[in-house]
Amino acid sequence: MREMKRSGPGGGRGGARGAGGRGGEKKDDKRRTLFRRRKVCKFCADKIDDINYKDVKLLGPFVPERGKILPRRISGTCAMHQRKLQMAIKRARQLALVPYVTE
Amino acid sequence: MTRQYELVYLVTPDASEEQVQALHAQVEEIIGRLGGQLEKTENWGRRKLAYEIGPHKEATYVLELINGAGDLMKELDRRFRVSDQVLRHLIVRVDMENRVVDRTRTKRKAGSERRRVARGLPPERQPGEGPRVEDADDTGFEGVEV
Repeated sequence: MREMKRSGPGGGRGGARGAGGRGGEKKDDKRRTLFRRRKVCKFCADKIDDINYKDVKLLGPFVPERGKILPRRISGTCAMHQRKLQMAIKRARQLALVPYVTE
Repeated sequence: MTRQYELVYLVTPDASEEQVQALHAQVEEIIGRLGGQLEKTENWGRRKLAYEIGPHKEATYVLELINGAGDLMKELDRRFRVSDQVLRHLIVRVDMENRVVDRTRTKRKAGSERRRVARGLPPERQPGEGPRVEDADDTGFEGVEV
């Protein structure tokens, strides 16, 4: 069952395991049992309609250290709000309110 | 056709208070000459930049809310491009965006009122009502979590 689920994107991994990835399997199991909180779009939950480029406090958590925009799969933001967020971050970058990707 | 624009510009930290004021006066003059009107001005003061622009690590931010035509903004844009006191500027048309925001806000409010009435409740939330908690342990969004 578990194998079936993984077969999509991680198809290549099965072969690698055969080549001696015993440790890898154990680690994999552990990761699966980790508690994962349900992700909710922050903007939907807090009813924020206006994602403004001037609001650095609001954008801050979505621009980690490196300066890249936090992907949806990690932040849990819905598609509509991610789009607006992206726009706002890009505008804020022009004004040096938020960093561009560094290095 | 008047539209509403937001203009933010960054003045070099070397410029004195008076020079910032002079720049603002220039903007006002152009707006007046080209038949626009200045709705609001905000001086955010000196802020640290997220990245260095040339030798500068900070700059004075000024925001202007302008009602006017596109030609006016074109002229302002041209001026700012030429000016060596202005490090960066950004012009955004805001009237459309504000309209969309208003619409979604009223829509959501109307929807919630309708549903409340359908459930036999008063349209507004009463102070005594408990919060609708879905994730009571959720203390908020902390950024990265995998």
